[in-house]
Parts: sequence; C-alpha cells; structure tokens
Amino acid sequence: MPKVVLFDGAFEPYAELTVFESELMQQHGTGQYGATTSFVGTMRDFNEGDDVSAMFLEHYAGMTEKALEKICDQAMADYPILDCLILHRVGEIKPNDSIVLVAAWSAHRGAAFDASRMLIEKLKTDAPFWKKETLNDGARWVEKNTDG
Amino acid sequence: MSIKVLFFASLRDEMGRGEDDVDLANAKSVADVWKAVADGKEMPSNLLMAVNQDYVNAEAPVQDNDEVAFFPPVTGG
Repeated sequence: MPKVVLFDGAFEPYAELTVFESELMQQHGTGQYGATTSFVGTMRDFNEGDDVSAMFLEHYAGMTEKALEKICDQAMADYPILDCLILHRVGEIKPNDSIVLVAAWSAHRGAAFDASRMLIEKLKTDAPFWKKETLNDGARWVEKNTDG
Repeated sequence: MSIKVLFFASLRDEMGRGEDDVDLANAKSVADVWKAVADGKEMPSNLLMAVNQDYVNAEAPVQDNDEVAFFPPVTGG
C-alpha cells in the first residue's frame, strides 16, 4: 500500500526506505519486485546566486497529505508498479537536510523509473508546500520551481 | 453563508492574515469569495485555489461551511 509521511524534524531517507521495503515484503511476499528507484531531494546552501542559511517549509495541513495520496494513487493506476512511497519534510530546515524522498517498486526497471519521475514532478506542481529562504540579509519566498 | 478563508505563504503576508471567517450572503463562486476578502486586489493570474482541500478554478461553486483556500504556486520537493 502506498505510504505518505510528513516529517516535522530531520529524517533519514534511506533508513525509512529500508523500513518501508520490509513492510512491503510482508504485505506482498518476497520475490515480487525486480526494480526499486528512489529520488532524494536535499537542501542546498545556495539559490539564484545567494547563500541560503536556512529554509522554512510551509504546508497546508490536511490538503498536503491528501494531494500526496492522490499522486500515489495516480502512479499506481498509471504504471505497473507494486508500491510507492513519498516522504517530505516540513518546518525549519538546514542545508544538507533531506527534503523529500519518492520511491517506486516494480517488476522491471522502466515502470519504477517512470513512476518515480512522475511522483516528484507531480509533487512539485500539485502538493501545497512553500519554501521561504533565510539569506544573509533577510528572507524571501521561493516563487517557482527550477526546471528538472 | 459562513465561509472559512485561508491564505498561505507570500499571499498571507500580502493579505496581512492567514485566516478569515466571513459571512457572505450572495457569494456563489470562489471568485465571489475572493472579491469579498481581497480588499480590491485583482486575482493574480497564477493564483491557486481549493475548496475543502481539493483544487478548483475560480468559477467553482461554494456552499455554507466551505473552507476556501488561496495560495501562490507551490514550491515543495
């Protein structure tokens, strides 16, 4: 079953991935997938030519979870994948912290790659999160996503 | 008709408030709600909006006790 989790503090994406994978094997049995792909987004300490010392990730509690669940459901419907996972950070974040993980499991690599790409791209356009960066001389809202 | 209005991120800063409980007798659509709360501000062309936590467009109908949210383009991930 797809899973969506928001973290209000630091999380270890690869440890979470391993935990979910063991849940997945309990649910579906072993030997059911041949491909796992994951994408992890990490906070940089620079953006648009400026040093960024911290970031606040605002979200619309309730709608964010709902939007992410909808994206997982769409991935499950559109690609032959066994399961998928979305983890996302909220609140105060420091450079080098993990912001997001998306992952997909499938029998063959194509579907897992395609589903992971769809999960992260759709998250970037649909999930109500907003980044506010702390700079040396103040703070600013990030107005748009950079091209993938 | 009682509507809970939410603003997020830079729009909340601009509006000077994150939440507004309004009683609107004649609001039929999300656009009507915007007009009632936006202090004369034009609806930005890239504005996103949701009713009861589902994306809608400005023509979407509103009902008593709806939660209507307005926000700028999202920047997660």
